[in-house]
Amino acid sequence: MSVIEEITDWAGSQEDILWKVVQNYVNVGGWTSVVTSVPAANMAAARVCSVVPVLLKCGNYSFSVNVETAKLSKQVLCRSISQNSALCRKNLAAAGPEKFTAEFIQKQIEEFNIGKRHLANIMGEDPENFSQEDIDRSIAYLFPSGLFEKKARPLMKHPDEIFPMQRAVQWGKDRRPFHFLFYTGKQSYYSLMHELYGKMLNIEKHQDRLRSKGLFSKDGHKISLGMSRWLTKEELEALLVENISTHDYNRFIQIMERLLSMPYCNIEEEFVLRFRHLLQTQSRHQMVSALQKDENGVAFSSAEGCRKTSHSTVVLRDCGSGRLSVNGQDSLLYFPVLQDREQLMFPMQFTGTLGRFDLECTVSGGGRSSQAGALRLAISRALLSFLSPSEREMMRQAGLLTPDPRVRERKKPGQEGARRKFTWKKR
Amino acid sequence: MRKLNFVCILTDFFCLLKTFGISLKCLATVMSNWKIRDLLSLGLLGLRHSRGVLTKYSSAGQTVSAAASVSSPQLQPNDAAEKILNLPLEKPDFFRVAELFSLKDLFDARVHLGHKKGCRHRLMEPYLYGCRLDQDIFDLDQTVEHLQRALNFTAHIAYRGGIILFVSRRRQFGHLVESTAKDCGEYAHTRYWQGGLLTNANIQYGPGVRLPDLIIFLSTLNNVFQQHVGVRDAAKMNIPTVGVVDSNCNPCLVTYPVPGNDDTPVAMELYCRLFKMTINRAKDKRRQVELLYGLNAPSPSNS
Repeated sequence: MSVIEEITDWAGSQEDILWKVVQNYVNVGGWTSVVTSVPAANMAAARVCSVVPVLLKCGNYSFSVNVETAKLSKQVLCRSISQNSALCRKNLAAAGPEKFTAEFIQKQIEEFNIGKRHLANIMGEDPENFSQEDIDRSIAYLFPSGLFEKKARPLMKHPDEIFPMQRAVQWGKDRRPFHFLFYTGKQSYYSLMHELYGKMLNIEKHQDRLRSKGLFSKDGHKISLGMSRWLTKEELEALLVENISTHDYNRFIQIMERLLSMPYCNIEEEFVLRFRHLLQTQSRHQMVSALQKDENGVAFSSAEGCRKTSHSTVVLRDCGSGRLSVNGQDSLLYFPVLQDREQLMFPMQFTGTLGRFDLECTVSGGGRSSQAGALRLAISRALLSFLSPSEREMMRQAGLLTPDPRVRERKKPGQEGARRKFTWKKR
Repeated sequence: MRKLNFVCILTDFFCLLKTFGISLKCLATVMSNWKIRDLLSLGLLGLRHSRGVLTKYSSAGQTVSAAASVSSPQLQPNDAAEKILNLPLEKPDFFRVAELFSLKDLFDARVHLGHKKGCRHRLMEPYLYGCRLDQDIFDLDQTVEHLQRALNFTAHIAYRGGIILFVSRRRQFGHLVESTAKDCGEYAHTRYWQGGLLTNANIQYGPGVRLPDLIIFLSTLNNVFQQHVGVRDAAKMNIPTVGVVDSNCNPCLVTYPVPGNDDTPVAMELYCRLFKMTINRAKDKRRQVELLYGLNAPSPSNS
C-alpha cells in the first residue's frame, strides 16, 4: 500500500479528497519523496486544512503559477509533516502477521462460492455439484502454467484452507473472557492438560471400582495403537491454534505415554486416538498384478518397471517355452553383453522358474545397463502373481522388488561435474 | 413571578459555574446536546418549573458541533440499576454466608492444623491458638470470622458480575481448583505464572483486556516456598485478594486473609466447596433481583 493511500485511509473521508488534490499538485512539481506517517490526527488535519485552501485558491491560475505554488506548498508541507519513511516501515514490521477479521473471512467465503458458480458456468458444468477436484481441473485448464513449483501455480481453494486459523476476540460484550483458563496465557494447551488429567482420574476410578469387585488385573485392556504416531509439534499447534514450546510438547507426550501405560485405559481410547496420526502402511510389495487368462487358457500377467530413465513393460506367459523377446528382437540380439542377459535371467533363476515362462518385453529410454535393470524389475513384479507368499517374501528380501532410486546427479555451478571440482591452483 | 425566578435561577447558576470552574462556552456546547430533564437530574438546578428558562438559554448559546455527542441517560433504568446494586448493602450478611459452614466443619476438615514451629512466620502469630508437640494450631474462632468476611466479599463481587480468579500453585490440587472455577463460571490459574500477566496485561493478552476484580489464593506460596508473585502484583494493580494463609505464609499483602490449613485435601475441598457455593448463590441472587426489578420497574419489591 503506498503511503498516500495509508494516510487517506487513516485520515477519513473528508481529508482524503484534500490529500488527493495535494498529491496532484505535488506530482506536477515532480516531487516524489512523499511525507509518511503522521503522528497526531488532529494536528495534521488542522495543518492540512490550513495548507490545502491555499492550494485550492491557487488552482485557478496558470500552469507556471501552479508549479510555483506547488513548490511553495512543498516547503510548507515539508515543514508541517516531517517523518522518515524508515520509521513507518519499522512500525509495520513490529505489528506481526496480518490479522484477518471474521467479516473479512466471511466475505472471502462468499466470494469463493460465487466464483465457484461462475467457474462451473464457464466450464459448462452443473454449478450445484461442482467439487474441489472439478475446480482444480478447470483452473489447470483455463490457466495452464509451466512452473515446476506446484504451490506457485494458480490456485482456487476454500478460504479456510488458505488463510491460517486465527484466534477470534477472546472476550464478550461485558469484556468477560470466554475461556475459564484465559488468564493463564496458553488457554488451549492448559485446558488440554486439564482434560488429560481428568481422563487419568477417570481411569483410576474405574480401576478402583474393578478392584472393589475383585476383577482387577494388571494386564487389563490397553489401547491398540496400530500403525500410528503421535502428532508432531506443528500439527498440535495447528490443532490448538496456539503456539506451544518444545518443553510443553514433550510434557504432553510424556503424560500421554503414561496414560497409555495404565491398565484399563481403553475407556479413553477415542480421546487418545485424536492425537495419533495413522501412518501410511508400507505394503508396496503387496501390489501384485492380477493373473489373467488369454483365449487359449494360458495364464499371463503383465508388469512395469523403471530404472534411471528407462521404462519397460513385460508380459509373462505360463507357456513352458522359456523364450525371451525384447522390443520384437531376440534377447541375444538386443543385449549382446552377457551381464545384461544375466540381469534378465536372475529373477527366474532365483525362483527356479527358468524354462517355465515366456517373456514379451518392451523397453525404451536410457542406456544398455539401465534398460536391463528396468526389465529385471518388471519381470520380478510380473512373477509375483505366480508365487506363494513365502517366495514373495524371499524375493523382497533379495532386493528384486526394490526399485533402484539412483538417478544422475545434476552438475553444480562452480564445479566441473556433480562432484568433481575445478583444478585447485595454489596461485 | 417568572422573571424573578429567572433572575434567581440564573444567579445561582453562575455561582455554581464559578465554583466548578466551568466556562460558559463549553457548557453551552454541552447543553445544546443534552436534554433538559437530564440536566435537572444532574442537580445543576433543583427547580423543575424552570424548563422554559433553560430552553431560552440553550438556544442563545453557540451551537458548536460537539466532538462526542453525549448519550442521554434516562431516569428509570438508572434508578433500577442503582437499587439492584445497593440492595445487598442494606444488610450485613445479605447472602447468609455464615450459614454455609460452622466451626465444627472446619475442625473436621483439619483446617486448624498448621506447620511445625520452625516454619512459623512471625506475622502469623496473632492467628495461632497455640502449639502442640511443635505443631502450630490455628485459632478457629478467628478463622471463622475471617472466612465469613472473605466469603461475604466474594459474594458481593460475584453479585456485581466481577471477574474472580482462583490461583494455587499446588500441583496436588490444581485439577480441583480448575474444576471449581469451571463450575462457578469464573477463572483459574494453577500453572506457571508468567511475569507480566497482571502488570503487562495489554501486551500479554491484547489491548482492551479486563483484569480480574478479585483474586482468591487457595495457597499463597509457590512450589519453592516463596510468596506467589500474584499477591504482590495484585497489590500493585489495586486488585483485592482473598488468601488462605498457612502458618508459614506472609499475610501482609492479602486483603482478606483466611488463616488455615492449605495442605490437607479435605481442607482444600472444603474451601473450594464454600467458594463455589457462595459464588453460585450470589449469581443466582443477582439473576433473581434482576428479574424482579425487570417486572416491577417503578416500585422495588422485597426479595
